[in-house]
Amino acid sequence: MAALAALFFVAPLVGLVWRAPWSSLGRELASREVRDALSLSLLTSTVATAASAVFGIPLAWVLSRSEFPGRRLLRALTILPMVLPPVVGGVALLLAFGRNGLLGQWLDRAFGITVPFTTAAVVIAETFVAMPFFVLTVEAGFRSVDQRLEEAASTLGAVRWTVFRRVTLPLVRPSLAAGAVVCWARALGEFGATITFAGNFPGRTQTTPLKVYLLLESRPEAAIVLSLVLLAASLAVLLGLRDRWLGAV
Amino acid sequence: MKDVDALRDAMRRRGTVHRLSAAALAVSLASAGCGGGEDDRTAADAPRATITVFAAASLTESFTEIGRQFESSHRADVAFSFGASSSLAQQIANGAPADVLATADEQTMQRADDRVARSVTLFAHNRLAIAVRRGNPKTIGSLADLARPGVILVLCAPEVPCGRFGAQALSRAGVDVRPRSLEPDVKGVVSKLSLGEADAGIVYVTDVRAAAGQVEEVAIPPAHNVVARYAIAPLRDSGRSESAKAFVQSVLSPSGRAVLDRAGFQAP
Amino acid sequence: MAGSGVSAPAAGLDASVEVTVGALHLDVSLEVPPNEIVALLGPNGAGKTTLLRVLAGLEPLGRGRVLLDGDVLEDAGRVRLPPERRPIGMVFQEHLLFPHLSALDNVAFGLRSRGVSRAAARDRAADWLARMGLSDRCAARPHQLSGGQAQRVALARALAVEPRLLLLDEPLAALDASSRVEIRRQLAATLESFTGVQLLVTHEPLEAMALADRLIVLEEGRVVQAGSPAELGARPRSRYVADLVGVNLFRGRGVGNQVALPEGECLVVAEAAPGDVFAMVHPRAVSLHRQVPEGTPRNVWTGDVESLDVEGDRVRVRVRGRIPIVSEVTAAAVSDLDLGVGRRVWVSVKASSVSVYPA
Repeated sequence: MAALAALFFVAPLVGLVWRAPWSSLGRELASREVRDALSLSLLTSTVATAASAVFGIPLAWVLSRSEFPGRRLLRALTILPMVLPPVVGGVALLLAFGRNGLLGQWLDRAFGITVPFTTAAVVIAETFVAMPFFVLTVEAGFRSVDQRLEEAASTLGAVRWTVFRRVTLPLVRPSLAAGAVVCWARALGEFGATITFAGNFPGRTQTTPLKVYLLLESRPEAAIVLSLVLLAASLAVLLGLRDRWLGAV
Repeated sequence: MKDVDALRDAMRRRGTVHRLSAAALAVSLASAGCGGGEDDRTAADAPRATITVFAAASLTESFTEIGRQFESSHRADVAFSFGASSSLAQQIANGAPADVLATADEQTMQRADDRVARSVTLFAHNRLAIAVRRGNPKTIGSLADLARPGVILVLCAPEVPCGRFGAQALSRAGVDVRPRSLEPDVKGVVSKLSLGEADAGIVYVTDVRAAAGQVEEVAIPPAHNVVARYAIAPLRDSGRSESAKAFVQSVLSPSGRAVLDRAGFQAP
Repeated sequence: MAGSGVSAPAAGLDASVEVTVGALHLDVSLEVPPNEIVALLGPNGAGKTTLLRVLAGLEPLGRGRVLLDGDVLEDAGRVRLPPERRPIGMVFQEHLLFPHLSALDNVAFGLRSRGVSRAAARDRAADWLARMGLSDRCAARPHQLSGGQAQRVALARALAVEPRLLLLDEPLAALDASSRVEIRRQLAATLESFTGVQLLVTHEPLEAMALADRLIVLEEGRVVQAGSPAELGARPRSRYVADLVGVNLFRGRGVGNQVALPEGECLVVAEAAPGDVFAMVHPRAVSLHRQVPEGTPRNVWTGDVESLDVEGDRVRVRVRGRIPIVSEVTAAAVSDLDLGVGRRVWVSVKASSVSVYPA
């Protein structure tokens, strides 16, 4: 059974490698648009992951420790982007931040800021779909921390922030790492919400998945090459993240 | 790889349009919403065949209508797969099991290559039009207006025919634009307009008609306009060549012609 | 101001604690001077750990006050210092060392939390570990330490912050028997030089006797008895304490030279105190005979042997009879008397062997 599962994952990847036009690899990769798409994707997914961490850690903390009315609702809302079809997520973002959107209107009137069609929109779309993965993982991590250790720390004189920083966070480091990886991967592969909310423009909002999709129409070999590059980049990150960061302390 | 299905769904027009991912590989196509399947409501002899028609996205409404007419007058059901002409042709070249291919330009038909039976027929022309937001708040009147600062313009991506043609029209008019987004297909342009995020876009006349009520049309003068030549051909080795040919005939027939006219296509 | 001089604040712990946690209602007042090890004893669920947690600030007070060396740590409803602001050190049953830090960093943790520089904190931590004989384990992680070593590091960690109140919650309970004895010795030695208030919770009477100067016995949230081990041994005031010390305890009404027991029986004693009294009989003063004993013991009855517990060369014989009692005899006596479970024996207790004191 496990072998079948492995095959299921390996076969498409082998297919990619097999059909790759190795001879024209260099030329395809050198094209400006491909490089733009790659660097944009890497930039936006990293920023989206960082944003997910900044907002996600406090959220995960609150969800794991506090008891307050509406906590279950908050948790459901946090997970919602995971079950929503990404395009629907994109439409929702437009309704919130678009020109006529709830918040978008105010941003436009007060600051002259429009969000759609910008690189920021890409980051927002990616964060929207990827953050729930981070929050869920880290919340589970916080729950598994032995709170008696936190009590011990406070008896030693550590104020709450110190306890969080020097005891709780280090203890959830594996969850933080795992959550960040899953979040980053999801952000990197995001397509539906991005195209709907941010549109597609080379160098500004054309992420690698969008570029691959379009290349499939015109130059499939280039699409394969680009897919391979993305695959290689992802593998590099996953392999670089050692077991010990993801596993036990 | 990508959730293009959902992408399509979100841009669903009224009616029971059933469209499939253009980027999906051959595997998923065979299961594309089979319209009828086996059905022995006609004479007690041979069961109804189902033919699969791959057609350009802009043919969605009209072909669906023609398909309905076809099903009621022939002993065959039609299953459609609508999408960008180029990826459909690609899929067929990769071996997708289709019986008929209809593309939005002749060039793309050639991609399907040797799968195409010799009888390729040009069956319709489509022209471009400027689509604007309901109410035309930026008072767009011509291609030149699209270059005005403050106008949020959305075009089709250059990789798809609509995008190529749009670029041609703009260069014929000598207009330099800075679009905010290059959508992978016309439906993307239309949805950005109907959601109010963009002010104008360049799509086919048929798309504007299909989205009546959500967007308004601003004509492009013939001098600048580009004609898209739609081609249709039955495919070889389909095993249902009779039904396939019959469908092509249906499209070319007067009633098929009428449907196309209503949608905004011009005769070739 | 009058010239009588300002009196120094009362040193030590002065606490009156009233709190309800779940089914337990704790109502305890205690005064513990510094330099004295006080052991909190009691059966499970008595409230010992709860009391410690309240003193540490980990649980809030319902009613009452906690003062340490004259400083108010908590005054129910008005003041409540959180644990990090109390000058306390706590040692837990499961060491609770931080798994991601080395032994050295664990010990240095409290110091660093209080603002001591990293280098200085580590120096002092190293000193403490040396004092515990663990210099070679400075870099080890908690999971690499044995139970005894870990608990010593935990003790060093609590002491490094130089607390004025040291709370130890069953520090030896999680250790295996052999480590327990050794660590207990080390604990005693280390606490010798500690000058603050020390409160040790344990349910092991031997441990309490060995380590503590004074015992406080808690049962069902209340103090039932407090005193030195000797006092407790001489005059236990509850079944639990009596079992702890290992003596027979009866409660009844003193009438003349007898103590009337609840079931209608009587014990003849040498000197009765009137009113509600305890009557204590040491098991060694309970004699067992095969036949009716001769001589003048005033308390004689028959009974059946319920159980025999061998403890070294002595045997504790539980006899069921009109007054259930435990006798302690030599192993030799057991065979002489041919004692076995179910055997009928005669029990005798001299009147003078019964210690009577007011309840």
